[in-house]
Amino acid sequence: MRDFLLLLADNTQILGHRLGEWCGHGPELEIDMAMTNLALDLIGQSRNYYQYAAELEGAGRTEDDLAYLRDAREFRNCLLVEQPNGDFAHTVARNFLFDSWHYFFLQALCQSNDERLAAIAGKSLKEVTYHLRWSSEWVIRLGDGTEESHSRIQDAFDNLWTFRGELLTPAPFETEAASAGYGVDLHAIRPLVEDRLSDILAQATLQRPEDGWMQSGGKTGRHSEHLGYILAEMQYVQRAYPNSVW
Amino acid sequence: MANHSEFPLWEVFIRSHGGLNHKHVGSLHAADAQMALEHARDVYTRRMEGVSIWVVPSTAITASDPADTDPFFEPARDKIYRHPTFYDIPEGLKHM
Repeated sequence: MRDFLLLLADNTQILGHRLGEWCGHGPELEIDMAMTNLALDLIGQSRNYYQYAAELEGAGRTEDDLAYLRDAREFRNCLLVEQPNGDFAHTVARNFLFDSWHYFFLQALCQSNDERLAAIAGKSLKEVTYHLRWSSEWVIRLGDGTEESHSRIQDAFDNLWTFRGELLTPAPFETEAASAGYGVDLHAIRPLVEDRLSDILAQATLQRPEDGWMQSGGKTGRHSEHLGYILAEMQYVQRAYPNSVW
Repeated sequence: MANHSEFPLWEVFIRSHGGLNHKHVGSLHAADAQMALEHARDVYTRRMEGVSIWVVPSTAITASDPADTDPFFEPARDKIYRHPTFYDIPEGLKHM
Protein backbone atom coordinates (compact mmCIF):
# COMPACT_ATOMS: atom_id res chain seq x y z
CA MET A 1 0.00 0.00 0.00
CA ARG A 2 2.86 2.39 0.79
CA ASP A 3 4.33 2.26 -2.73
CA PHE A 4 0.90 2.68 -4.24
CA LEU A 5 0.23 5.78 -2.11
CA LEU A 6 3.65 7.19 -2.95
CA LEU A 7 2.99 6.68 -6.66
CA LEU A 8 -0.13 8.81 -6.39
CA ALA A 9 1.52 11.33 -4.08
CA ASP A 10 4.67 11.72 -6.17
CA ASN A 11 2.79 11.99 -9.49
CA THR A 12 0.70 14.87 -8.19
CA GLN A 13 3.53 16.49 -6.23
CA ILE A 14 6.00 16.56 -9.12
CA LEU A 15 3.49 17.68 -11.75
CA GLY A 16 2.28 20.31 -9.29
CA HIS A 17 5.85 21.52 -8.90
CA ARG A 18 6.31 21.67 -12.67
CA LEU A 19 3.15 23.73 -13.09
CA GLY A 20 4.27 25.98 -10.25
CA GLU A 21 7.34 26.81 -12.33
CA TRP A 22 5.01 28.67 -14.69
CA CYS A 23 4.07 31.12 -11.95
CA GLY A 24 4.85 34.57 -13.29
CA HIS A 25 5.77 33.20 -16.72
CA GLY A 26 2.39 32.27 -18.20
CA PRO A 27 1.61 33.49 -21.72
CA GLU A 28 -1.30 35.53 -20.32
CA LEU A 29 -2.11 36.64 -16.79
CA GLU A 30 -5.26 34.51 -16.87
CA ILE A 31 -3.41 31.40 -18.07
CA ASP A 32 -0.72 31.98 -15.48
CA MET A 33 -3.40 31.92 -12.78
CA ALA A 34 -5.03 28.87 -14.30
CA MET A 35 -1.79 26.89 -14.23
CA THR A 36 -0.94 27.87 -10.68
CA ASN A 37 -4.49 26.88 -9.68
CA LEU A 38 -3.85 23.47 -11.23
CA ALA A 39 -0.55 23.29 -9.37
CA LEU A 40 -2.19 24.03 -6.03
CA ASP A 41 -4.90 21.44 -6.67
CA LEU A 42 -2.28 18.80 -7.40
CA ILE A 43 -0.07 19.65 -4.45
CA GLY A 44 -3.14 19.56 -2.21
CA GLN A 45 -3.96 16.10 -3.53
CA SER A 46 -0.41 14.90 -2.94
CA ARG A 47 -0.62 16.02 0.69
CA ASN A 48 -3.60 13.74 1.26
CA TYR A 49 -1.64 10.75 -0.02
CA TYR A 50 1.58 11.67 1.83
CA GLN A 51 -0.32 12.08 5.10
CA TYR A 52 -1.92 8.69 4.66
CA ALA A 53 1.39 7.05 3.74
CA ALA A 54 3.13 8.61 6.74
CA GLU A 55 0.41 7.37 9.08
CA LEU A 56 0.60 3.87 7.64
CA GLU A 57 4.35 3.79 8.19
CA GLY A 58 3.82 4.54 11.85
CA ALA A 59 7.44 5.61 12.10
CA GLY A 60 6.72 9.13 13.27
CA ARG A 61 7.47 10.64 9.88
CA THR A 62 5.25 13.37 8.43
CA GLU A 63 4.06 14.35 4.98
CA ASP A 64 6.95 16.84 4.84
CA ASP A 65 9.52 14.12 5.52
CA LEU A 66 8.15 12.12 2.62
CA ALA A 67 8.12 15.06 0.22
CA TYR A 68 11.34 16.77 1.24
CA LEU A 69 13.65 14.12 2.57
CA ARG A 70 13.48 11.25 0.11
CA ASP A 71 15.99 10.86 -2.71
CA ALA A 72 15.17 10.55 -6.39
CA ARG A 73 15.46 6.74 -6.35
CA GLU A 74 12.69 6.57 -3.76
CA PHE A 75 10.24 8.61 -5.84
CA ARG A 76 7.57 6.55 -7.56
CA ASN A 77 6.19 9.12 -10.02
CA CYS A 78 5.86 8.40 -13.74
CA LEU A 79 8.52 9.85 -16.00
CA LEU A 80 5.90 11.91 -17.82
CA VAL A 81 5.27 14.32 -14.94
CA GLU A 82 8.94 15.17 -14.42
CA GLN A 83 9.45 16.20 -18.06
CA PRO A 84 10.37 19.88 -18.41
CA ASN A 85 7.67 22.42 -19.19
CA GLY A 86 9.10 23.35 -22.59
CA ASP A 87 6.85 25.83 -24.37
CA PHE A 88 3.19 26.29 -23.48
CA ALA A 89 2.11 23.65 -26.03
CA HIS A 90 4.49 21.15 -24.47
CA THR A 91 3.02 21.79 -21.02
CA VAL A 92 -0.52 21.48 -22.39
CA ALA A 93 0.28 18.18 -24.14
CA ARG A 94 1.98 16.76 -21.05
CA ASN A 95 -0.92 17.79 -18.85
CA PHE A 96 -3.47 16.39 -21.24
CA LEU A 97 -1.70 13.01 -21.39
CA PHE A 98 -1.63 12.99 -17.61
CA ASP A 99 -5.17 14.34 -17.06
CA SER A 100 -6.79 11.93 -19.52
CA TRP A 101 -5.27 9.08 -17.53
CA HIS A 102 -5.71 10.67 -14.09
CA TYR A 103 -9.42 11.31 -14.61
CA PHE A 104 -10.33 7.69 -15.39
CA PHE A 105 -7.88 6.41 -12.80
CA LEU A 106 -9.56 8.45 -10.05
CA GLN A 107 -12.99 7.43 -11.26
CA ALA A 108 -11.98 3.81 -10.73
CA LEU A 109 -10.22 4.61 -7.45
CA CYS A 110 -13.53 5.93 -6.09
CA GLN A 111 -14.53 2.25 -5.99
CA SER A 112 -11.52 1.33 -3.84
CA ASN A 113 -12.31 -0.94 -0.91
CA ASP A 114 -10.12 1.36 1.19
CA GLU A 115 -12.51 4.03 2.40
CA ARG A 116 -9.92 6.70 2.89
CA LEU A 117 -8.47 6.20 -0.60
CA ALA A 118 -11.94 6.28 -2.10
CA ALA A 119 -12.67 9.53 -0.25
CA ILE A 120 -9.44 11.17 -1.46
CA ALA A 121 -10.24 10.01 -5.00
CA GLY A 122 -13.74 11.44 -4.82
CA LYS A 123 -12.46 14.82 -3.68
CA SER A 124 -9.65 14.87 -6.25
CA LEU A 125 -11.93 13.83 -9.09
CA LYS A 126 -13.86 17.11 -8.87
CA GLU A 127 -10.64 19.03 -9.39
CA VAL A 128 -9.31 16.73 -12.07
CA THR A 129 -12.57 16.92 -14.04
CA TYR A 130 -11.73 20.59 -14.49
CA HIS A 131 -8.04 19.84 -15.22
CA LEU A 132 -9.05 17.49 -18.04
CA ARG A 133 -11.48 20.02 -19.42
CA TRP A 134 -8.83 22.73 -19.29
CA SER A 135 -6.09 20.74 -21.01
CA SER A 136 -8.50 19.20 -23.56
CA GLU A 137 -9.73 22.60 -24.65
CA TRP A 138 -6.20 23.93 -24.98
CA VAL A 139 -5.16 20.89 -27.04
CA ILE A 140 -8.08 21.57 -29.39
CA ARG A 141 -7.46 25.29 -29.45
CA LEU A 142 -3.77 24.95 -30.26
CA GLY A 143 -4.17 22.01 -32.63
CA ASP A 144 -7.01 23.62 -34.53
CA GLY A 145 -5.47 27.08 -34.24
CA THR A 146 -2.74 28.65 -36.33
CA GLU A 147 -0.12 26.82 -38.38
CA GLU A 148 2.45 27.55 -35.68
CA SER A 149 0.32 26.46 -32.71
CA HIS A 150 -0.62 23.29 -34.60
CA SER A 151 2.97 22.34 -35.35
CA ARG A 152 4.10 23.15 -31.80
CA ILE A 153 1.54 20.95 -30.12
CA GLN A 154 2.00 18.18 -32.68
CA ASP A 155 5.74 18.25 -31.88
CA ALA A 156 4.94 18.14 -28.18
CA PHE A 157 2.78 15.03 -28.56
CA ASP A 158 5.38 13.39 -30.81
CA ASN A 159 8.06 14.01 -28.17
CA LEU A 160 6.01 13.01 -25.13
CA TRP A 161 4.22 10.00 -26.59
CA THR A 162 6.93 7.62 -25.45
CA PHE A 163 6.19 8.56 -21.82
CA ARG A 164 2.49 7.77 -21.89
CA GLY A 165 2.88 3.97 -21.86
CA GLU A 166 4.06 3.98 -18.29
CA LEU A 167 0.78 5.46 -17.05
CA LEU A 168 -1.11 2.38 -18.21
CA THR A 169 1.51 -0.28 -17.45
CA PRO A 170 1.20 -1.52 -13.88
CA ALA A 171 4.22 -1.83 -11.60
CA PRO A 172 4.17 -4.96 -9.41
CA PHE A 173 2.81 -3.00 -6.45
CA GLU A 174 -0.06 -1.73 -8.62
CA THR A 175 -1.01 -5.24 -9.71
CA GLU A 176 -1.00 -6.19 -6.05
CA ALA A 177 -3.12 -3.13 -5.19
CA ALA A 178 -5.65 -3.97 -7.90
CA SER A 179 -6.03 -7.59 -6.86
CA ALA A 180 -6.34 -6.62 -3.20
CA GLY A 181 -9.21 -4.31 -4.17
CA TYR A 182 -7.81 -0.97 -3.00
CA GLY A 183 -6.05 -0.15 -6.28
CA VAL A 184 -7.05 0.29 -9.92
CA ASP A 185 -6.99 -2.24 -12.73
CA LEU A 186 -5.12 -0.29 -15.42
CA HIS A 187 -6.18 -2.71 -18.16
CA ALA A 188 -9.81 -1.92 -17.39
CA ILE A 189 -9.41 1.85 -17.75
CA ARG A 190 -7.16 1.69 -20.83
CA PRO A 191 -10.01 1.71 -23.41
CA LEU A 192 -11.55 4.78 -21.73
CA VAL A 193 -8.23 6.62 -21.80
CA GLU A 194 -7.53 5.64 -25.41
CA ASP A 195 -10.98 6.76 -26.55
CA ARG A 196 -10.62 10.14 -24.89
CA LEU A 197 -7.16 10.64 -26.39
CA SER A 198 -8.32 9.76 -29.90
CA ASP A 199 -11.42 11.90 -29.60
CA ILE A 200 -9.60 15.04 -28.47
CA LEU A 201 -6.70 14.60 -30.90
CA ALA A 202 -9.19 14.21 -33.75
CA GLN A 203 -11.06 17.36 -32.70
CA ALA A 204 -7.71 19.13 -32.57
CA THR A 205 -6.88 17.93 -36.12
CA LEU A 206 -3.71 16.33 -34.73
CA GLN A 207 -2.01 13.13 -35.85
CA ARG A 208 -2.07 10.47 -33.18
CA PRO A 209 1.59 9.34 -32.89
CA GLU A 210 2.38 5.65 -33.41
CA ASP A 211 2.50 3.55 -30.25
CA GLY A 212 6.14 2.50 -30.47
CA TRP A 213 8.64 1.67 -27.77
CA MET A 214 7.63 3.21 -24.46
CA GLN A 215 9.80 4.58 -21.67
CA SER A 216 9.41 3.08 -18.22
CA GLY A 217 11.14 3.01 -14.86
CA GLY A 218 9.78 5.97 -12.92
CA LYS A 219 7.44 3.85 -10.82
CA THR A 220 10.33 1.74 -9.61
CA GLY A 221 12.67 4.67 -8.97
CA ARG A 222 14.65 4.82 -12.23
CA HIS A 223 14.13 8.43 -13.25
CA SER A 224 15.30 10.78 -15.98
CA GLU A 225 17.93 13.34 -15.01
CA HIS A 226 15.19 15.95 -14.66
CA LEU A 227 13.87 14.67 -11.35
CA GLY A 228 17.16 15.37 -9.57
CA TYR A 229 16.97 19.03 -10.54
CA ILE A 230 13.36 19.28 -9.42
CA LEU A 231 14.19 17.75 -6.05
CA ALA A 232 17.25 19.97 -5.66
CA GLU A 233 15.01 23.00 -5.93
CA MET A 234 12.07 21.53 -4.01
CA GLN A 235 14.08 20.10 -1.14
CA TYR A 236 16.78 22.74 -0.85
CA VAL A 237 15.40 24.55 2.17
CA GLN A 238 14.75 21.41 4.23
CA ARG A 239 18.15 19.98 3.33
CA ALA A 240 20.04 23.20 4.07
CA TYR A 241 18.12 24.02 7.26
CA PRO A 242 16.89 20.71 8.62
CA ASN A 243 13.64 20.82 10.60
CA SER A 244 13.13 24.48 9.95
CA VAL A 245 9.52 25.60 10.13
CA TRP A 246 7.68 28.82 9.46
CA MET B 1 3.30 39.40 -21.23
CA ALA B 2 1.69 38.67 -24.54
CA ASN B 3 0.25 41.31 -26.76
CA HIS B 4 -3.18 41.88 -25.30
CA SER B 5 -4.50 43.33 -28.51
CA GLU B 6 -4.78 39.71 -29.71
CA PHE B 7 -7.40 38.72 -27.13
CA PRO B 8 -10.58 40.77 -26.81
CA LEU B 9 -11.81 42.05 -23.47
CA TRP B 10 -14.70 40.46 -21.53
CA GLU B 11 -16.68 41.67 -18.53
CA VAL B 12 -17.25 39.17 -15.74
CA PHE B 13 -20.34 38.91 -13.54
CA ILE B 14 -20.51 36.55 -10.56
CA ARG B 15 -23.50 35.36 -8.56
CA SER B 16 -22.24 34.87 -5.04
CA HIS B 17 -25.17 32.81 -3.71
CA GLY B 18 -28.26 31.20 -5.10
CA GLY B 19 -31.03 33.80 -5.25
CA LEU B 20 -28.76 36.85 -5.37
CA ASN B 21 -28.10 38.76 -8.56
CA HIS B 22 -24.95 38.59 -10.68
CA LYS B 23 -22.58 41.44 -9.89
CA HIS B 24 -19.85 42.89 -12.05
CA VAL B 25 -16.49 41.87 -10.59
CA GLY B 26 -14.01 42.87 -13.27
CA SER B 27 -12.76 42.07 -16.73
CA LEU B 28 -10.30 39.79 -18.49
CA HIS B 29 -8.83 38.88 -21.87
CA ALA B 30 -9.89 35.74 -23.74
CA ALA B 31 -10.15 34.52 -27.33
CA ASP B 32 -13.73 33.28 -27.11
CA ALA B 33 -16.64 32.90 -24.71
CA GLN B 34 -15.61 29.45 -23.53
CA MET B 35 -12.09 30.60 -22.70
CA ALA B 36 -13.50 33.70 -21.02
CA LEU B 37 -15.68 31.53 -18.79
CA GLU B 38 -12.73 29.38 -17.76
CA HIS B 39 -10.47 32.37 -17.20
CA ALA B 40 -13.17 33.93 -15.07
CA ARG B 41 -13.38 30.73 -13.05
CA ASP B 42 -9.60 30.71 -12.59
CA VAL B 43 -9.18 34.39 -11.82
CA TYR B 44 -12.34 35.42 -9.98
CA THR B 45 -13.68 32.38 -8.09
CA ARG B 46 -10.57 31.07 -6.36
CA ARG B 47 -11.81 32.09 -2.93
CA MET B 48 -15.33 30.68 -3.15
CA GLU B 49 -16.71 33.94 -4.51
CA GLY B 50 -19.46 32.44 -6.56
CA VAL B 51 -21.86 29.80 -7.78
CA SER B 52 -22.50 31.17 -11.27
CA ILE B 53 -20.56 33.18 -13.84
CA TRP B 54 -21.64 35.33 -16.77
CA VAL B 55 -19.16 36.68 -19.30
CA VAL B 56 -20.08 39.39 -21.78
CA PRO B 57 -17.91 40.87 -24.54
CA SER B 58 -16.99 44.34 -23.36
CA THR B 59 -17.91 45.66 -26.80
CA ALA B 60 -21.50 44.49 -26.20
CA ILE B 61 -21.88 46.96 -23.36
CA THR B 62 -23.22 50.42 -24.14
CA ALA B 63 -22.20 52.84 -21.43
CA SER B 64 -23.60 56.24 -20.59
CA ASP B 65 -21.36 59.15 -21.46
CA PRO B 66 -19.87 61.00 -18.47
CA ALA B 67 -20.66 64.21 -20.36
CA ASP B 68 -24.33 63.29 -20.05
CA THR B 69 -24.20 63.15 -16.26
CA ASP B 70 -26.21 66.32 -15.76
CA PRO B 71 -29.08 65.62 -18.16
CA PHE B 72 -29.17 61.96 -17.12
CA PHE B 73 -28.95 62.10 -13.36
CA GLU B 74 -29.34 65.66 -12.14
CA PRO B 75 -33.15 65.83 -12.68
CA ALA B 76 -33.69 63.09 -10.04
CA ARG B 77 -31.82 65.01 -7.40
CA ASP B 78 -34.68 67.32 -6.26
CA LYS B 79 -37.45 64.75 -6.47
CA ILE B 80 -37.15 63.23 -3.07
CA TYR B 81 -40.89 62.44 -3.12
CA ARG B 82 -39.93 59.46 -5.28
CA HIS B 83 -38.45 57.85 -2.22
CA PRO B 84 -41.10 56.00 -0.23
CA THR B 85 -40.20 57.83 2.97
CA PHE B 86 -43.35 59.88 3.49
CA TYR B 87 -45.62 57.22 4.87
CA ASP B 88 -46.55 56.87 8.52
CA ILE B 89 -45.80 53.34 9.51
CA PRO B 90 -48.37 51.98 11.97
CA GLU B 91 -46.97 51.03 15.34
CA GLY B 92 -46.38 47.37 15.74
CA LEU B 93 -45.63 46.83 12.06
CA LYS B 94 -42.35 45.01 11.92
CA HIS B 95 -39.84 44.16 9.24
CA MET B 96 -40.17 47.40 7.29
